[in-house]
Order: sequence, then C-alpha cells, then structure tokens
Amino acid sequence: MIEKVADNWRLRGQRYRLEGEVCPHCGAVIFPPRDICPECGKPAKEPKPLSGRGEVYSFSTVYSPPEGFEAYVPYTVALVKLEEGPMVTAQLTDVAPDEVEIGMKVEMVTRKLRARGEEGTIIYGYKFRPML
Amino acid sequence: MGEVKVMRSRRAVGIVGYGSYIPMYRLSDAEIARVWKGGGRGPVEEKAVAGLDEDTVTIAIEAARNALARAGIPSQALQAVWVGSESPPYAVKPASTLVAEAIGATPWHLAADFEFACKAGTEALQAAMGLVGSEMGDYALAIGADTAQGRPGDQLEYTAASGGTAFIVGPAEEALARCLGSLSYVTDTPDFWRRAYQHYPRHGGRFTGEPAYFHHIESAARALMEAMGMTAADFRYAVFHQPNVKFPRRVAKRLGFTPEQIAPGLLSGRIGNTYAGAAITGFSATLDVARPGDRILLVSFGSGAGSDAFVWEVTEKIEARRDLAPTVEAYIRRRVEIDYALYVRYRGKILMK
Ligand SMILES: [Zn+2]
Repeated sequence: MIEKVADNWRLRGQRYRLEGEVCPHCGAVIFPPRDICPECGKPAKEPKPLSGRGEVYSFSTVYSPPEGFEAYVPYTVALVKLEEGPMVTAQLTDVAPDEVEIGMKVEMVTRKLRARGEEGTIIYGYKFRPML
Repeated sequence: MGEVKVMRSRRAVGIVGYGSYIPMYRLSDAEIARVWKGGGRGPVEEKAVAGLDEDTVTIAIEAARNALARAGIPSQALQAVWVGSESPPYAVKPASTLVAEAIGATPWHLAADFEFACKAGTEALQAAMGLVGSEMGDYALAIGADTAQGRPGDQLEYTAASGGTAFIVGPAEEALARCLGSLSYVTDTPDFWRRAYQHYPRHGGRFTGEPAYFHHIESAARALMEAMGMTAADFRYAVFHQPNVKFPRRVAKRLGFTPEQIAPGLLSGRIGNTYAGAAITGFSATLDVARPGDRILLVSFGSGAGSDAFVWEVTEKIEARRDLAPTVEAYIRRRVEIDYALYVRYRGKILMK
C-alpha cells in the first residue's frame, strides 16, 4: 500500500500537469518522461511543460473496466496526438462515447482518476475533453 | 460594537488575473420537485452538478489555470496558494498542495485550506491582499470552490451546486482591478452547520434570512460604503452572495442598487449556489463585461456567520486580459441536462441520512 502511494507520488508532475521532457541533443519532445530520448538514444532530462492541446488519433469505448474504474463505465479511452508531437493514451471526459470522433480537438484537464476505496488516497491525473 | 475598520494595505494591491470553472451538468429544480413533491418549482431554475471525476480540487485547478493565463505570470512566481471550501475531498490533507502541484507552483510558497462556509474564498482573498500588500510576497493565489451537497429532499438540495473562482493578487500597477478598500463583519451566528463525520449540513430554517444573510451583508456593505464616502450610485456593478435568487435581489434593493447593477453577477438562477464559489464567480462574470473605470462592490456571506466587503476599480488592463481564458458565460453555456437518477449516480448520493 505505502509503496503504491509512493509510485503515484513520483508520477505527479506528468500526471497532474502533463509535464514531459525535451531532448537537448535533437529537440524531440518526450512524453511520458523516460530520461532517454526515443529518437536519438541520448540522455534527455530537461522538463518541458506541454500545452495540453491535441486531437483524437484513435479511440475505443470501455464497458468492462479494470478494477477501480467501474464507476465511470461506459467511458472512452483515446490515443491523443499532442500539438508538440507525442502520443498519449488517456481517458476522455465531459463527452458521451457516441460524440467522439477521430480528429476531434481536445484539451487536457486534471480530474479524479480513481480512489483507493473509502479510506485510501484519491488519484488525480490528466484526461482530455473536447476543446472548450 | 467597536469602530469600523476599513482595511487598506501599505502597498496598493489588486487582481492581476482571475478565472472560473463551472461543471457542465445541470439539474433543474423542476426535476428535484418532481421526485420529492410530485411537481412544482424551486428557488432557482437549475444548478450546476459536478461530474463523476470532479471535486473541489479539480474545479480549483481549472479556475487557477484560467487565472494564471489571464495574469500572464509563471506559476512559480506565486508565494501563496490558498483554497477556501466547505467540501475539500480529504478531511485531513490540504487541497491547496494538490492545486499547487497541478499548476506547477510548488515548492516555495505558502499553502493552506480556508474554512468559513460560503465566505472561505473571500477570506482567502483578504489574506492574499494582506500578503502582497505587506510586501511579504508579490503574487498570491486565492480560490473559492465547492461541490455543495444537500440532504436528499431537503430545501438545500434545490440550490447546492458546484463551481469555483480563482484570483491572483498582485501589485496595483499590474492589476486589472484595484482594491480601494475592504472590511469584514463577523458574529457567532449558528444559521447553518455540519457536525464532524456527518454527511449533510443542517440549517436553522427561517433563521438563515434576517439575522444571518441580511444582517451581515447589510452591515458590511453599509459600513464600507459609508467609511469610503460612497453610495450605490458610485458603483457600476454590485455582487452579493447568492444562495438563491430572491435574497441577493432583496439585499441589493435595500442597499439602493438597481436590478441592472446586479444583473451580470447574479448567476444563481442558472447555476445554483456554489457556496465558497458563489459571490466570487458572480464577480468573475462581472469582470468579464466590465469596462475600465467601473467600480464594483463585492459582498460575500458565510454562515456561522460573516461577510467580506470589497470596493474594486477596474483598470484599462482588463481589455487585453479578458480573452486569455474562457468567460463564466462560456462555462454556463456548456450545458448538459441530467435527470435525478443520473444526479444520484454523479454525486454518490446513496446515503439517505
Ligand atoms: Zn534526442
């Protein structure tokens, strides 16, 4: 339990505010942060706040959710292509599953992802919604 | 009774950025009345309801991001992040640290949650003005946000709503609205309360009107206007706490304000009572339409009880910053109607006591 709290805590920069990295060698924008550039293989640790704007690249609607997400069913998970380049998988929010389209402009919001029962911590993180 | 104390900081201060957030779901009073009384209406048309993945923290985060966008300052410049609410997601663990982390303000700043029913947000705003006004810091973030809940079938259920507003206080030279003076009027009045570990609040019925809402707002507003040598005619707009539509209309009339002066800031008919977010979201909507030189009177009310009153003067900086974030009206127009069954699911309202 404590270990899991720590795991989530370490991810708070990327989870809460979509903080990525930029490669000082080739300029690639990296998300999620992994400290090694996927383009050139060199170390890349420079934090880079992302705009949060992007568009839906593909999506699917979830009816049989993993544990902890039952309350949100049905919901849509999308592959979002960010303005800066990286692709990110995230839940869509403030939109009915039948309103989602490929190419739809979306923006990042920080929402509740799930709670660990009635007594555990509440996990917050990025989701995407139709651009306001 | 003591002497009236108008507060003015040594260094002149104002609002350099403001922003709001209102969830998109709407529940009508007619729908609540259908379920509990077999028909009829309520004190507002409809109220804003938070979605399943929203709470006071997520509302505060979006309002804060909008305020930062309008202020045009980096989040690291903030020296305080204060959240006023009666519905923080944790009983123990600050909402303010979550908000601060999400906007990238951590770690070199003050952070705390303020609690004073519907006046918690304006209390945080007064404190932010004190911090900047004393030159302990240059920028401070004050937020009022709530996801208010009423007991199913109770009168409060018709109005208890979700939403919030954030302000970044900074030096007056950078402000889009300067504060000309403020004060606070507080007494111990048990008009509304919730005991520890109880799910829903209780209220004093008729006791919530004259001795609570009207007495505190009128005392604060009259004292501030008189001390500053102003009357209702010196203001372009006025905003009062809005637990319904009737109370703010009546208190405005008693204080000499016209329906036109309170129109842009009177949102309760369309979004309900957002508690700590209520008066300040009305103020935010008023800033959305205000012109340079306009004076605005803002008076909050929090049960328990007290009122904060402020006199603001809008500057020419409003014009360039207004469009840097969504207006209150944009959030109100983003609207999805839900029925009572979906509302029960969204608000986790299975507990009936
Ligand atoms: Zn690289």
